[in-house]
Amino acid sequence: MSRAALLVLADGRFPAGGHAHSGGAEPAVKEGRIRNAEDLAEFCRGRLHTTGLTAAALAAAAAHGHDPLALDEAADARTPSPALRTVARKLGRQLMRAARATWPSPELAALARARPRGAHQPVVLGLTARAAGLGPEDAAHCVAYETVSGPATAVVRLLSLDPFEATAVLARLAPELDRIAEQATAAAHGTIDALPAACAPLLDITAEAHAAWPVRLFAS
Amino acid sequence: MSVQATARINAVLDSRGVTSLPVLESDGPLALRRTRAANGPNARVTVVGAMSAPLGGDRLAIEARVEEDARLTVDSAAATVALPGPGAAAEPATYEIRLDVGERAGLCWLPEQLVSAHGSVLHMTTRIELAPTARLVLREEQILGRHGESTGTLTSRLRVHRAGRPLIDQQVAYGPGAPGGWDGAAVLGGHRAVGQLLVVDPSFDEKCPEARLLGPTAVLTPLVGPAVLVTAVAPDARLLRRVLSDALSDVLDTPAG
Repeated sequence: MSRAALLVLADGRFPAGGHAHSGGAEPAVKEGRIRNAEDLAEFCRGRLHTTGLTAAALAAAAAHGHDPLALDEAADARTPSPALRTVARKLGRQLMRAARATWPSPELAALARARPRGAHQPVVLGLTARAAGLGPEDAAHCVAYETVSGPATAVVRLLSLDPFEATAVLARLAPELDRIAEQATAAAHGTIDALPAACAPLLDITAEAHAAWPVRLFAS
Repeated sequence: MSVQATARINAVLDSRGVTSLPVLESDGPLALRRTRAANGPNARVTVVGAMSAPLGGDRLAIEARVEEDARLTVDSAAATVALPGPGAAAEPATYEIRLDVGERAGLCWLPEQLVSAHGSVLHMTTRIELAPTARLVLREEQILGRHGESTGTLTSRLRVHRAGRPLIDQQVAYGPGAPGGWDGAAVLGGHRAVGQLLVVDPSFDEKCPEARLLGPTAVLTPLVGPAVLVTAVAPDARLLRRVLSDALSDVLDTPAG
């Protein structure tokens, strides 16, 4: 594996469109559920252990070499919210463009052909990691980190939270991020049906409301 | 003393067009009674005996199979309360529901609430196989703690396959020892009642209800496939039931197609 390739893929400036998304933090701020750094930490921790684990395992499984179309179907079954399915596919399409320009591979090309409107983002990320010579654990780390870095960055803007505090929240989550990546990687060696399916009711509920807001700072 | 028990139900359509129950096996604390169905030719079974279970260490299961064209409703007489086992070193309890619904058959699975009492540890799994033309209504309600007490530990996985393909797969985990953040702003946000209503109906292939909010903490979402899922959290069991009941009559009263 190439540690530098992992940095390129995990870089927030990698042009895959993730910066436009708050990961459910925008509605949580509006409803008063996130008011400070402590609330942000609990939000991020909850997201990491639920949809974060599920997405990291899908990515690790794609990097491991499971059938990406079967994983895409598994991702649908793990995403009851149509708003979140749309977001996942849109982010998948954006990542696919960046990935094919960066690390062209026949597997990426085949998935782009089979899912022209975008596959679920974690599946694309897993295949991208594969194309970049990275492994399942690298893919899981990337996705797990995105799960919490998106909301943390968004809350800095939404609450005018001190960016140092937001970064400290992420740093304190590092041991849990490692554990989630480890769990996701272990699960990737099993069957697709047995992949984690942890979910977060409030994220599913608020995603639909948020998608209908006439004016919002973030796309999701 | 922990208990291992598997109750079984098999529903078939007999030659008169009435659903009969050639298999109706109670086991241990899981007592099954045939009760009067709201709709004549359908069958209804009420689980009457789960009050004293599951205790820590118990391994309970219910298996129900609804054969081609048959119609079955399963409900329960009272809430199921997960309690701690005797002794400090009790194992977690497990409760498995396995449901199989055949072609043109219908199953309504409408148990009362599952209450996670303080100190209990329960792992629940629900696995459902649906034929392509099967119909399903399933309600799940989880209440975290009895009145005024803190919750036990509860994990629950719901996995539904339709025509052999995954339709919905979700796992939740709450309480002491559950992965972090379960009570934070992403997951429960302090709510103590959480529930789901799943309705699978092949006629949704023609016209499926659209996503809509059912209040500030409840949403109806169409799945990929002819199915909708209602996801709701609420401060207590009564408010949760109201949301799910309204949603159910709403979905069933809206003829599709």
